[in-house]
Amino acid sequence: MTSRIRAVLTATVTAALLAACASTGATPARPASSGPAKPIPTGLDPAARPDPFPSTYAALPSRPTAIRGATILTATGQVIPGGVIVLSGGRILAVGGPDTPIPEGVTVIDGTGKWVTPGIIDAHSHLGVYPSPSVPSRSDGNEAIDPVTANVWAEHSIWPQDPGFNRARAGGVTTLQILPGSANLIGGRSVTVRNVPSVTMQGMKFPGAPYGMKMACGENPKRVYGGKSRAPSTPMGNVAGYRRAWIDAAEYGRKWDDYRAKIEKGEKADPPKRDLGLDTLLGVLRGEILVQNHCYRADEMAVMIDIAKEFGYRISMFHHASEAYKIGPLLAKEGICFATWADWQGFKMEAFDGIEANAAIAFRAGACTVIHSDDPTITQRLNQEAAIAMAAGNRIGLKITEAEAIAWITLNPARAMGIDGQTGSLVAGKRADVVLWSANPFSIYAQADQVFIDGALVYDRRDPRFQPKSDFELGQPGEGAFHP
Amino acid sequence: MKRALIAFAALAAIGAPAAAVAAETVAIINARLETAAGAGIIPNGTIVLKDGRIAAVGAGVTAPAGARVIDAAGGVVTPGLIAPSTSLTVSEVEQVTSTRDDRSGSLSAGFDISYGVNPASTMIPLARQTGLTRVVATPVLSRGGGGHQDDSGAEDFAGGGGPGDGDPAMFAGQAAIVTLAAGDSDPVVMARVAVTLDLGEAGARNAGGSRGAALVLVRAALQDTRAYARNRGAYDRGETRQFGLSRVDLEALIPVVEGRIPLLVRVHRASDILQVLRLAREEKIKVILEGVEEGWLVAREIAAAGAPVIIDSQADLPDSFESLGARLDNAARLQAAGVTVAIMGSRDINNLRQARFNAGLAVANGLPREAAMATLTANPARMWGMTTVGTLEVGKEADVVLWNGDPLETSTWPLAVFIGGVEQTRSTRAFELRDRYATPNAMGYPPAYQ
Repeated sequence: MTSRIRAVLTATVTAALLAACASTGATPARPASSGPAKPIPTGLDPAARPDPFPSTYAALPSRPTAIRGATILTATGQVIPGGVIVLSGGRILAVGGPDTPIPEGVTVIDGTGKWVTPGIIDAHSHLGVYPSPSVPSRSDGNEAIDPVTANVWAEHSIWPQDPGFNRARAGGVTTLQILPGSANLIGGRSVTVRNVPSVTMQGMKFPGAPYGMKMACGENPKRVYGGKSRAPSTPMGNVAGYRRAWIDAAEYGRKWDDYRAKIEKGEKADPPKRDLGLDTLLGVLRGEILVQNHCYRADEMAVMIDIAKEFGYRISMFHHASEAYKIGPLLAKEGICFATWADWQGFKMEAFDGIEANAAIAFRAGACTVIHSDDPTITQRLNQEAAIAMAAGNRIGLKITEAEAIAWITLNPARAMGIDGQTGSLVAGKRADVVLWSANPFSIYAQADQVFIDGALVYDRRDPRFQPKSDFELGQPGEGAFHP
Repeated sequence: MKRALIAFAALAAIGAPAAAVAAETVAIINARLETAAGAGIIPNGTIVLKDGRIAAVGAGVTAPAGARVIDAAGGVVTPGLIAPSTSLTVSEVEQVTSTRDDRSGSLSAGFDISYGVNPASTMIPLARQTGLTRVVATPVLSRGGGGHQDDSGAEDFAGGGGPGDGDPAMFAGQAAIVTLAAGDSDPVVMARVAVTLDLGEAGARNAGGSRGAALVLVRAALQDTRAYARNRGAYDRGETRQFGLSRVDLEALIPVVEGRIPLLVRVHRASDILQVLRLAREEKIKVILEGVEEGWLVAREIAAAGAPVIIDSQADLPDSFESLGARLDNAARLQAAGVTVAIMGSRDINNLRQARFNAGLAVANGLPREAAMATLTANPARMWGMTTVGTLEVGKEADVVLWNGDPLETSTWPLAVFIGGVEQTRSTRAFELRDRYATPNAMGYPPAYQ
């Protein structure tokens, strides 16, 4: 790894820097003084191509568009009644009040009585890896053969024809994080995708978005492996498993550092054998890959925080986090986001203390709050899921506003996924990921009328030309026309 | 079918509970009254609850002297919501099997869910806080009960029972109507109100692999039941041919073949729905259909057969090969065709709040707003033969909910829940947890002291 790349990778992860990193991926790393050392063959040097399955995503065709007269929730705390938003060249050109100038030649949509928000971001999805129809031959989200499978990447299980992507888009979802399941302590890499129809997974990949790594606390790993009479079968087995993995990763990193130091000095050295799982773990230790940690209980989250400190990595977000309300101040202090449902509780012991006001209480304690789906149905209505969570807080006087709650499903998940520099809020210069809602999006009666990704109209509730159908659904009952 | 339903209803009414003893007289004034009955929506009216019943309801009603008066200040009053098919009251923690009494594992139709009803379930107070006042507890096969994606993924590896593992032959058991009234030590309003049956893919699995086997087994069971009912003496003397089901299972099916109680059939694909309607016609039995994702494709046939349906209006995914036609306007289309529609929330007891939001979602997708309230109240009452609840009408039991706004909206909650005229406690385990952590202990002690 060249010092330049290493510097980039050890810096604080930002979307812009990662984009820079991705763009260098095509250039194989070479020692500064090549000397007698032979180059490492392609595929054996982890630093050579950090992005071996590069995004081929290209924005769909768009034309400059303005929406006028709608109530705009920017996700940066602003509510703009009768506002104007201008989309041009795939970016947000301007957002403002009624007087915001609209350049000539721009298609103007009358948004009177409607609402505009950033595109919804689902930080926890298994679309594509647990697709519809749910059949054993497509149940591809858990490589449940070993408790640590940091070597697998969710993107290699994605079936892009999952009809669920189309349903989610009709609910305003423009970006998703597709995660491996929670059978394993370390389940593998997640991937962030643009929610556009594509024949290939690469055609959906969010350019420059950092990878995530799925970890899972609690009952699932110990149930899956305990049931096979192997470790882990208890939470203490879980913790021993995470710690061993981090020790292995640190050792692996040291071997590569030693090797590269020798090459730099012109000494002879054999490169260590590449290990895909340890590459991913090392990516976390170097701050390139963001930890997405499935964890329900407050006490287990506190243990995970200590493990992260012991080995020197950051947890980006706790997922499910049914007991976030018990440790809101801790999450706030550590700068760790949490993602939860409005109220999906009680279905197992580790979710028994889930409450509807979970998100609201931890939010008011200062924690970065996210509402996620983990479900192909809930993902279609994250706006209403957030609304229910908000109402539960307001029922006890927490006075959570729509301007605040919209960030739970837009800017905050973007932050936890490392893409907040590019999307998640309506700010000039960001990607034009925008939803035009028929009504206040926190209402049960609201529908996404139009959805834009990078300024392109990708869904229109009233125009069948913009209601894409999965290949799978052609010729089937209903022909994939799921919406009235 | 309508007449038949009324006959069935009359039977069920026998089991209605006596009016609660401690009921006070309450007048809720300045309320928007969603009656779910002929009176429709009364924009500003008063409802009087007296002796456990609704004594008056309407725009011109005045509060009687001595009544406790609640000023709704524009809030909404509805009938108590009814969950038309649920595991509530017979299950506590889905993945803790020792807490689940919603499936048999041994008996078939004979399994009687009413014996497992637990009025102390912590989920019941929470259900009341979603506006539910009464439920129909219905047995499921061991794979039933839903679950969300992440955990259902894990389930594949957890050895949690393969398809149909440990399931009895065909029928899941007998359902019960249960009130959610606090402090009711005998909350079963009526036991054995239906026998449940899973057809389609689940039924096929249960029958060893295909639909053709499932329907043959079901028809044979109904014929065996008739033969058994005609001559119990011969059965006891061992003089009959061998029946596929046990004596207790056959006994449970007698009221089904006699048309006194319905068969609750979980069915999804359009062609399977038509098979069930044919079965009902040929065997002269009553059916209620649950699931029915492709019902809109055969809505006219369902209406013509007079079969009521229980649906989850969120279902719009081709989740299986038997629900490829799932659509968000299923409820609207079925209702428009004249089908009696009840909307359910998630089957999961921890997600019961979803029922009212599902009704709102159905409205957003074409169901008339006034019809939506009936899908949560009057329709489930009617299809389950509950003649004394489900509407705001004089003489009905005072199962009534006061909401702080549109009950189908995300931003509202119940301000008061009355069952049999008695205001229910607002306390729930979830709220106690919430309050313990929302306001830290002033003494600086751990939350456990709160």
